[in-house]
Amino acid sequence: MLRINCPFCGERDHSEFTYGGDASIRYPALDAPAEVWHDAVFLRDNVRGLQRETWHHVSGCRQWLVVERDTLTHEIVSVTAAHPGVAAALEGEQ
Amino acid sequence: MTRYSAWSVFKNGLTGQRGWERAWRDPEPKAHYDVVIVGGGLHGLATAYYLAKNHGVRNVAVLEKGWLGGGNGGRNTTIVRSNYFMPGNRDFYEHSLTLWENLSHELNYNVMFSQRAHISLLHSPGARDAAARRYNTMRLTGSDGELWDLARLKREVPHLNYAPDARFPIIGAAVQPRAGTARHDAVAWGYARAADQLGVDILQNCEVTGVRRDGGRVTALETSRGEVRADKVGFAVAGNTSRLWQMADLGGLPIESHKLQAFVSEPLKPLLDQVVVFGVGGAHFYISQSDKGGMVFGGDIDWYKSYAQRGNLPIVQDTAEAATSILPCLGRVRLLRHWSGVMDMSMDGSPFICKTPLSNLYLNAGWNYGGFKASPGSGWYFADLIANDRPDDTIAHFTLNRFERGVIIDERGAGPDPKLHG
Ligand SMILES: Cc1cc2nc3c(=O)[nH]c(=O)nc-3n(C[C@H](O)[C@H](O)[C@H](O)COP(=O)(O)OP(=O)(O)OC[C@H]3O[C@@H](n4cnc5c(N)ncnc54)[C@H](O)[C@@H]3O)c2cc1C
Ligand SMILES: [Zn+2]
Repeated sequence: MLRINCPFCGERDHSEFTYGGDASIRYPALDAPAEVWHDAVFLRDNVRGLQRETWHHVSGCRQWLVVERDTLTHEIVSVTAAHPGVAAALEGEQ
Repeated sequence: MTRYSAWSVFKNGLTGQRGWERAWRDPEPKAHYDVVIVGGGLHGLATAYYLAKNHGVRNVAVLEKGWLGGGNGGRNTTIVRSNYFMPGNRDFYEHSLTLWENLSHELNYNVMFSQRAHISLLHSPGARDAAARRYNTMRLTGSDGELWDLARLKREVPHLNYAPDARFPIIGAAVQPRAGTARHDAVAWGYARAADQLGVDILQNCEVTGVRRDGGRVTALETSRGEVRADKVGFAVAGNTSRLWQMADLGGLPIESHKLQAFVSEPLKPLLDQVVVFGVGGAHFYISQSDKGGMVFGGDIDWYKSYAQRGNLPIVQDTAEAATSILPCLGRVRLLRHWSGVMDMSMDGSPFICKTPLSNLYLNAGWNYGGFKASPGSGWYFADLIANDRPDDTIAHFTLNRFERGVIIDERGAGPDPKLHG
């Protein structure tokens, strides 16, 4: 069972969360060429190893988180708030 | 090679079972092949067989990093059906089902294909209307399909939970009588034996670790058993496609690797002689009974990306809940085993059987969790693509660039989110 250490709620079972997907994807500007959109929407590196991904703590604080996780071993290396401002504020608290 | 027959079973029964020969050779890799297929799952083995059988290409090797059928080929819940709706899917899976119907004879190997009917339970008038549309379309295009009302369903499958206060009360079923199950290991062994007989080298414990290129062509594969040169190369590696793709330095793919779990119970007396699927709104569950008596069942994928060939407990709980809500009589049955497999989940839920940016590299991938039924058809058309260097019309749309062209084949209507495609 994965346990995710939510920066707001503490360590919780992953069944409290929903999986968002690859957090490395950067959506391009609305008027970017179709090929650029195609790559962002459809193509994946599909990493076997450490990947950054988003999880939603839907049965907890309802925050979106960025989780750094090994897709082969399921080891979780870091968990931060997805919103950069919130993440920075939390960082400052410590 | 001995042909299997009632006579050979009888004779060996009388002579202490000592007369059987090994089913396929265990050769050393040759330095060069006309075609090398990477992946000794059902798709790779079927491709090698049809290359030799249909196209006379016999200098062929199948490279398998582990043992035959040790991947998803031997991990699935063995459901075979062709009740697809989208043009393109429908004709492909129907051709595959037709091949299944003669497969044991074709391969001289009993794959235990059992056409015991696939029953999708319906829980709402909307689901029944959608099923009527789908199953009528199947009938119009040469397949079989029936809609059963509740009275008929109760006669055929008496012990489902028909209570009006069930979580999803049942109102009827959509049924494909020609669908069923097969013994997955036997399919791998049958294809391997038949391909070997036609001269194909099946190389187990042979992992591809690198792809040598000369500009726009593949020249050789680096493997744990030395370098193997090839005129043409086909990838059929189920959940590991992205890794091979990156070895060939080809960048991203419309694929993510996810895992799916399956379960088998202790053996029971005959309880269910069909495949039953429960899955509209809120749950997803499929179950059948193996010839040994075990209840074989599964549900959803684990919802997050993974290359680990092991599952997680929340899905065990979900699946058990679905099992007991639909078949309460299973409540005290013990689980015997549970395992998982890594699959390519594609961006629209449909597969790829296509050419690639490299002129002599061909791709067979993206089977999501429905590729077992596809094995014969997939091998048939992938062999044809490799031999003739052009896709047959039946698979012409299973391309990588369908997303660019806006011609996705999204059977479920779930959008570009791999975890949502079944
Ligand atoms: C739990 C589960 C239940 C399923 N249930 C059903 C079902 O009921 N009906 C249905 O139609 N489908 C089902 N499927 C899907 C189906 O099993 C797969 O789509 C199908 O088996 C994939 O094709 P394959 O058999 O060729 O793959 P595999 O058997 O996985 O073959 C790929 C092979 O490639 C090998 N390989 C990988 N990398 C390398 C390398 N670098 N070098 C050499 N070899 C390599 C692997 O070892 C593996 O043996 C299910 C899948 C799972 C996991
Ligand atoms: Zn939280």
